[in-house]
Amino acid sequence: MKENNQHCKELIESISDYVDGDLDPELCLELEKHLHECENCRVVVNTLKKTIDIYRDTRNSEKLPQSSKDRLYARLKLNNYLK
Amino acid sequence: MVEHEIEPLNLDALKKGDAAELRKMVELFSDSIYRVALRMLNNSSDAEDVLQETFIKALRALPGFEGRSSLSTWLYRIAVNEALMVLRKQKPQVAITEESFVDGEEEDLYPAHTIVDWCCLPEDVFMDNETRKVLNQKIQTLPENLRTVFILRDIEGLSIKDTSEALTISETNVKTRLLRARLKLREELSGYFGEYIREKDNERE
Repeated sequence: MKENNQHCKELIESISDYVDGDLDPELCLELEKHLHECENCRVVVNTLKKTIDIYRDTRNSEKLPQSSKDRLYARLKLNNYLK
Repeated sequence: MVEHEIEPLNLDALKKGDAAELRKMVELFSDSIYRVALRMLNNSSDAEDVLQETFIKALRALPGFEGRSSLSTWLYRIAVNEALMVLRKQKPQVAITEESFVDGEEEDLYPAHTIVDWCCLPEDVFMDNETRKVLNQKIQTLPENLRTVFILRDIEGLSIKDTSEALTISETNVKTRLLRARLKLREELSGYFGEYIREKDNERE
């Protein structure tokens, strides 16, 4: 993004909506045309997507530890009720 | 009866304090609430406190729950507020506004973006413990009000609308903050993985 040209700026402003698929179709086409021509913007888009993906993946491996869960139920006085 | 409630819970039973149903609710949301607190605070003991306080407050407030937002959104809102209170207590000397991203503020979105294509690193690099630690640290570098949006929307996967309801901010502000948060984290990770790639290259020489 060395040139910092107008298209690169537009891309950055819309990048969040773009990766979420929330972009107006016309603007989307325009940005994809730019992406085709601009290597740097492609890298920014891909690494932004990857950033979101790897954070989202952390969700699956992170659960409340059983000991914490037991303490929670005890505190809420719900430990005597079976699921 | 609240029609838009999609969680498989009986709201009437919850409001009457039915213990089995309350337990089901806690079971259903405790992982998410704990994760949000943990990502906000990066400390498991503080996160556990927030988790407990969230459900204690929720159980107390449930009889008056009107169902204007979904139950999950409502719980997220309580949890985020609890976590923010912990943060305030930890650093009372820091004025909140100094740390916050100001909505509508014209900020330079185009500093020199780091251009390193680290997408093609082997997947196990993204999963290893060292990277996990870095991910957790980097999220702490976000101002609180960007961090909460990123956690709810991108980690927990809430919609823009649910995120806006959970944080009682407009959808436009959710989107603006999300853009800032994502760009900042991308920048941080590009620095980290760029360094990682350089080190690997040096090892090979």
